[in-house]
Formats: sequence, structure tokens, C-alpha cells
Amino acid sequence: MSQPPVTETPDEIFAREEEPVDGLHKEEAPPRARGSVLGWMRANLFSSIPNTLVTIACAALLAVAVPPLIQWALVEAVWSAADPAQCRAAEGACWALIEQKHRFILFGLYPFDQHWRPLLAVALFVVAVAVSCHPGFWRPWLAVLWVCTLGICALLMWGGVLGLTFVETERWGGLPLTLILAAVGIVCAFPISIVLALGRRSEMPAVHALSVGFIELIRGVPLISVLFMASVMVPLFLPEGVTVNKLLRALIGIVLFTAAYLAEAVRGGLQSIPRGQFEAADALGLSYWQKTVLIILPQALKIAIPPIVNQFISMFKDTSLVIIIGLFDLLTTAKTALTDPPWRPFYVESYLFAGLIYWAFSFFMSRYSLFLERRLEAGAKRA
Amino acid sequence: MTMRQPPAPDASPPAPARVAWWNERHGRAILYQILVVAGVVLLASYLVSNTLANLESRNIATGFGFLEREAGFGISEATIAYSPADSYLRALVVGLLNTLLIAVAGIALATILGTLAGIARLSPNWLVAQLAALYVESLRNIPVLLQLFFWYSLITEGLPLPRQALNPLPGVYLTNRGLFVPLPAWDPAFGLALAALAVAIAATAALTAWGRRRQERTGKILPTFRIGLALIVGLPMLAWLAAGAPTDIDAPTLKGFNFQGGGRLTPEFAALLIGLVAYTGTFIAEIVRGGILAVPRGQTEAGGALGLKRGLVLRLIIMPQAMRIIVPPLTSQYLNLIKNSSLAVAIGYPDLVSVANTAINQTGQAVEGIAIIMAVYLTVSLSISGLMNWHNRRIALKGATR
Repeated sequence: MSQPPVTETPDEIFAREEEPVDGLHKEEAPPRARGSVLGWMRANLFSSIPNTLVTIACAALLAVAVPPLIQWALVEAVWSAADPAQCRAAEGACWALIEQKHRFILFGLYPFDQHWRPLLAVALFVVAVAVSCHPGFWRPWLAVLWVCTLGICALLMWGGVLGLTFVETERWGGLPLTLILAAVGIVCAFPISIVLALGRRSEMPAVHALSVGFIELIRGVPLISVLFMASVMVPLFLPEGVTVNKLLRALIGIVLFTAAYLAEAVRGGLQSIPRGQFEAADALGLSYWQKTVLIILPQALKIAIPPIVNQFISMFKDTSLVIIIGLFDLLTTAKTALTDPPWRPFYVESYLFAGLIYWAFSFFMSRYSLFLERRLEAGAKRA
Repeated sequence: MTMRQPPAPDASPPAPARVAWWNERHGRAILYQILVVAGVVLLASYLVSNTLANLESRNIATGFGFLEREAGFGISEATIAYSPADSYLRALVVGLLNTLLIAVAGIALATILGTLAGIARLSPNWLVAQLAALYVESLRNIPVLLQLFFWYSLITEGLPLPRQALNPLPGVYLTNRGLFVPLPAWDPAFGLALAALAVAIAATAALTAWGRRRQERTGKILPTFRIGLALIVGLPMLAWLAAGAPTDIDAPTLKGFNFQGGGRLTPEFAALLIGLVAYTGTFIAEIVRGGILAVPRGQTEAGGALGLKRGLVLRLIIMPQAMRIIVPPLTSQYLNLIKNSSLAVAIGYPDLVSVANTAINQTGQAVEGIAIIMAVYLTVSLSISGLMNWHNRRIALKGATR
């Protein structure tokens, strides 16, 4: 499609020369200052009478709510105190709780003098995530990097070699545990979800029925019931004498649950591949697996990235449910820090601290998913 | 490409090569399926035989016989009569009704809050849009369970004892034992008014259908909305007036250590409701915002060009198109809310999961208990998604099958 070349036309050509007819044309006031603060306020806050009223109501609300909040959070807050009595005496927030308990909230029951190990593991993990976020780094070596990172993290957490003392999983807790549940859950659920999504699109009735049955069963029930099942029924499923630790049981539940949801995201990607791609692959004489692995999946997964990232976010938040089966994740440690009676009244501070950590991770991921969506859209627009 | 060779004069047409059945597409599909099904059956039978052996060695009876037995535990709030002497079955029904109660109340409130926040984020008023964005972006990214704990702590520890109850509105008391509101004292007149309301709703529905048919036939518009509003407000009022207009109020009053009378929201119910509504509301807000943004701007302008007022453009042109985009994700949010209501177990609201959990702990019949939980949620989920799919098909574009 070629468009006629657009030529620059001087504005004067369209200027009317004759006088306006009375009643048809009204002199308008010159446009109000645009770009200035006042002009912006007029356009965005006081454009009409109802709008002005709404602005005043919101401003009043803020005026009532914000100063006491600042008073509480900053001005009258106790930042540092070894004794909770000082907090009780003060009117403001007790950030001293965070000062006293942050290591417990972050690392749970992990041996106190070994806290540098989970800290280092979390830092490594975060760096690996940051590196993986750059689409330019989506190369095969990234998989190697991840295998190494997870290996080093596991080594740091478990120990038992290189002079590190062994720490059993029962003592893991806090942020590292939350990240382990999320990361291992995603890594293990992903291949299962691809198999399920392919199964759901399969033309073999038995494979299709099994996949649909599993996906809909899991998606129809709450995560709690899956976690209950994993924690109560897995020991029953195994032959006598074989035991599985609590962390692994929770992971089994989370992996099964996430796989079903991810499968639907992957299926969305598979469905948006044009028929011609399948036909072209068939015409080249590729087998089913060649066609799937070389032609279909690379395109489908790329399309499915934003919903997959969204699934990661909700799964990251959902790991907090393991509190119900007695694991010491970040939420559990924040709640347990409050069982110390003198610190009991300062639940807002503790939950705020944990909430902020969850928020930071989730918010970052949601922004990242928006960025990817825009980037992928820009790639698709060429067509 | 090779040129076609002329056939040798004495060659008979080549017989189709015999392909072994396992190399044929159809045969192979059957083979694969047999393998898959056999694998699943083997795994299942292995797990089941292990489970049976384990249950036997732990002396746990199997089967649903325990449902008939006496439950022996109390339930703090029940919508139907219940005592510890009742059976496990009745206890589970109480739990299910509590789940449905929180689900219905939560869905209604979350829809209202989410729609308001979604529209507010699109408001031309900068302050409103920013406040709505702050709400959505902050609460959406924090686990709902953490929010439930927060609200529960706020109510049970942050609010005062009944004796020093907060009294923000006359008759409304906020205490750490629950939230108390005045209710109109029950009177037969309200039954009559409710019946009148049902009649009014039915009449409005019939009138709307008739009005639409008439409009299609003659082009005359019936002011359905005003007539319907008059009917729905007026008829119950008339019934109430006719029955003697009782105005007795059942207000909560402090007796001893707690309030008596009026309506009471327990701390557990209130925390669960606030938490679920605030959390789900953020997702609904994003869905509503996305749905409205997805309707092309030209539609608004075309509506204006037809001479419709702004409100009518929104109601007749934008919303019907936005709803098509909104309904499917909204359904999954409703389902999420129902599934998240199972987190009640963490703060002690006696929903289905919580009651079943107690039953499991008392009887040891984990398999049956979890099966009941899953079956109930599956039934609720599938029936709601079926209902919403039906609705979605009804409002979908005719001819656009996808």
C-alpha cells in the first residue's frame, strides 16, 4: 500500500478572509494557559463544578488522613528501642520491632550466626532474576547461569560441605523459603504445564480428557485444599516407611496447582498460532515433536510470556498459604514475631514490613510484564 | 522437481506399500493412548493400594459413614440451628452455608468497589485517578492472606472493648468483639414488603421485555428505567405502609461485657469480608478499566454524533461493548474470591474448609474430608462458570464464534 506523498501546506491557504456571519460564529476566549501549573490544575482538577466538588472532597479526605499518618509513621515513631515498653509509652509507630526482629522475620529459625548464607543466597537469586529480565540475555547460557545459581543457593542453604555446617530444611524460613517455594514451584511446574497444554490440544481423546480433567479439577478447587491434600495425603500415598519432609510436600502441592494454571496460559499461546504454521511444518515433513519443539512452542511461549509472568506473580503471593500447613515462610515469621507478648500490639509494623517485601517483588514483576507486553506488541506490529 | 518418468510398459500399478499398524497415524494414536491410560491407571492403583495399606495399619475406617456420627464440636456462627450434638453432615452444611454467605456478600461488594475504582482510575480528575491507582497498585500486590491477618488483628486488637466501643454513627458500635449495627425489628410487614419487592422485580422484567419489543415494532421508547425504579421502590413502600408502617428499631445495647440485639458482624466475618472485598476489588477495577479502554473512542464520538447524551452513550453504547470484554475475566475473579474465602480457616471463620479441617482432625478421615471439600468447590466453580458462559454467549456478537 503506497500512500500519496503528504505535502506541507501553509496554514494561510485555509484562512477565511470574509467576515463571520453573525450568530454562526462566536468569538472564543483565547485558550487558557496550558503547560503552566495553574492551567494544568484547571484542566485536571477544576474543569467543571462537579469535578471541583470531587477534588475538594478528596483533598479534605487527604487532609484528614495524611497528617495523622505522618505523625504516626515518622514524627512520633520509635525507631530504636531494646525494650518494647518504650514503644508502649510512645504514640507513634514502633519501628523498633523491625530493628529487633528483622533477622527473625527475614530468615526464620535459620541458625543466627549463619544468617549470611541465606542472605547471600537471596542476593544471588535476585541478581540472577535481574539478569534474566533483559531480553538481550535470553540465550542458552542463561539456563547454565540458572543451574549454577540454584546450585550455589542450595549449597549455601543446606551446607554440609566446604566447612559449612549442615542446616536441615525444617530450620529454613522467612524470605529465602518464600523465594524457594516460588522459584522451584515455577521451574518444576513449567514443563508439566507445557505437557498439559499440549495434551489439552491433542486429538487423542484419552490424552485430551486426562489433561482437561486434571486442569479443570485443580483450577476448580482452592489452593488450600491442594496443600492439605499434599500435606495429609502424600504420606498416605507412599509405601510404609517412606517419609517426605514438609517442604517437599508443600512443593508438590504448589507445583501441581501452578502447573494447571500455567497450562492455560500456555494453551492461550498455542491457540494464537496461525493454522498456517502447523500446515507449513507438516508440509516440510516434520514429525509431531519436531513440529512442536522447533516451530510451534517457540512462537507460542513468546506470545504467552505476559500471562505466564502474571501467573508467576499470583503464585509468588500464593506461597504465603503454606502458613496453614506449618511452614515458616515470610508471612509466618512476620506473624510469629508477634507471639512474643510484649511486642504483640505492634502487628501493623510487622505486617507492613512483610507486606512491603511481597509488594516490592510483585510490583516489580507486574511492571516487567507490562514492559514485555509492550515490547512484544511492538515486535508483532511489523506483520 | 524431477520430471515425471513415463511408466514402463509392462509395470502394473504399484501396490500400496504395506505399513505396519504401529507406523500408521491412527494405530499409533491408539497405542499412545493405551500407554498413557495404562500409566495413569497403574500409578493410581499403586497410590490407592498404598493408601489402603496405610489406613489399615493406622486403624482408620474408610468411607463416608462418619458423616452420620455426632460431631461434638461447636461452631461459632451458624445460619441454621446447630449444636455439637448434631452430625458431621450438618456441621459441614453449616460450613458450606457460611462459605456461600461470605461468597455472595463478597462478590456483591467487590463488584461495586471494583467498578467504582476502575471508573475512578479513568476519571478526568487527576486526584481521583491517582487515589484509585494507589488503592489498586498497593493492595493488588500484597498476598490476600497477609491482608486478612492484618484486618483481623486490627479488629481484635486495634478496636476497643465493648465498654469503650467506638461509636462513629448513632447506633453503630465498633468493638473487638465485632461490629454492631441497628436493624429494624422484625415485623410481618417486612415479609409483605419483600413479597411486593419480588412482584415489582418480576413486573419490571416483563415491562422491559415488552417495552423493547414495542420499541422494535414502533420506535417508541418506553421510559423503562423510571417506571421500573418507581415500581421497585414504590410497591414495597406501599406494602409496608399498608401493613401499618412499623418503625421499631432493634438497636444494639451494652449488656454486661458485650452488646445485645441489632445486627452483629463477628470479627472473623468482618475481617474476611473486608480483606476479600479490598483484594478482589483491585482486580475487578483493572478488568473494568481495561474493558472500557478497549471500546474504541470512535464509538463515543459516533454516539455523540447521533445526538445521545453522555449518560446514554455510556449506557447504550460503551457499556454493552465493554461488558463483552469484562464478563469472562470477571467470572474468574468471582471464582477466585470464592476459592480465597477458604482462607477463612486461617482466621477462624467457620467456613466449609475450616469445619472439614476440624472433622479431619477429629476423625482422621483425611481422604474423605478433602474429597468433600474438593467436590463442593468443584461443583460451585463449574456451575458458576457454566452460568457465566451462558450469559457470555447471550451477549456475544452474533456470528462471531470464537
